[in-house]
Amino acid sequence: MASPQMVMYEEEFAQVQAVTDRLVQDANARVVFVVDKNGQLIAGSGDTADIDTTSLASLAAGNIAATGGIAQLLREQEFATQYHEGVRQNVHIQVVSGRVILVVIFDNRTSLGLVRLRVKRANEQLVRIFEMVMAKAQDPFQASPFAEITDDDIDNLFND
Amino acid sequence: MSFINYLSREINCKIVYYGPGLCGKTTNLQYIYNRTNPDAKGKMISLATETERTLFFDFLPLEIGEIRGFKTRFHLYTVPGQVFYDASRKLILKGVDGVVFVADSQMLRAEANTESMDNLRTNLAEQGYNLDALPYVIQYNKRDMPAVSPVEELREMLNTGNVPDFSAVATTGEGVFETLKSVAKLVLTELKRGAAR
Repeated sequence: MASPQMVMYEEEFAQVQAVTDRLVQDANARVVFVVDKNGQLIAGSGDTADIDTTSLASLAAGNIAATGGIAQLLREQEFATQYHEGVRQNVHIQVVSGRVILVVIFDNRTSLGLVRLRVKRANEQLVRIFEMVMAKAQDPFQASPFAEITDDDIDNLFND
Repeated sequence: MSFINYLSREINCKIVYYGPGLCGKTTNLQYIYNRTNPDAKGKMISLATETERTLFFDFLPLEIGEIRGFKTRFHLYTVPGQVFYDASRKLILKGVDGVVFVADSQMLRAEANTESMDNLRTNLAEQGYNLDALPYVIQYNKRDMPAVSPVEELREMLNTGNVPDFSAVATTGEGVFETLKSVAKLVLTELKRGAAR
């Protein structure tokens, strides 16, 4: 496998959630998401109910992947920060640890400066958390939920 | 790269549909989307040109049921098939758990099929993957077209690894779910094998 599997346990998930909850408040943002670079949604806070979070995660990851491709062509390491300005809403996207993506959606109740400032702090906290997540995923003694799955379980999933 | 979330008890895997331009990758996803219970699917996203050619990718999240209390979701992606979109194709292969190679059965597309298969191998290798070590299946699509190569010939040309393969007519749905089920099963079996290592 080219990259190790990402496994989120409750402890780290709660920590990520605490960071995103706080970021929504501190930055006065509408929504905050943490998305895996492969497009899987990890955590979300704020006004998430009206947003198709699965699609958003996949598109944010596609966006980062495309920008990363441009960076490579320009021999730039990566464009870690992106900002999209809309009429009513804006999106701030930050790559964390080269591994996950922090997406902040905000409107005119706050400012880009404040969002940037708060994202910087959240970024530092997330870097530490995801270092732990990846260390755990590579720990051979950490049980995978797949260890207990039998061939029958897999077959049963596909029985119509 | 699959993603397992213990708190929400979810397993997410990524499957990529690969193949030459106009072979029916998007049509596969559209058929799956149209025939799936609304509770089990998310919105299908197509980043396409004005002429409905895939520009970046199509995306369809699909829930297939529970294994030992874990909701099992597959994220289906297609790549743009046209030769000059190679940079985009590479990006979409990142973190892939399983591949469906969709071949166009029409005789005139034989070269396009082999070119695309070579391109798949090269692009996977660039990401550190080996196609032969990855869960993958082949679909011989467009079996309803008038001038198609015999399946045996396509198999000899494309299925060197002797992986599961299926004849299909994606527009009517023939072979579409068989292909998906087969690759999904291979992905889960591989994850199980990985966990046992």
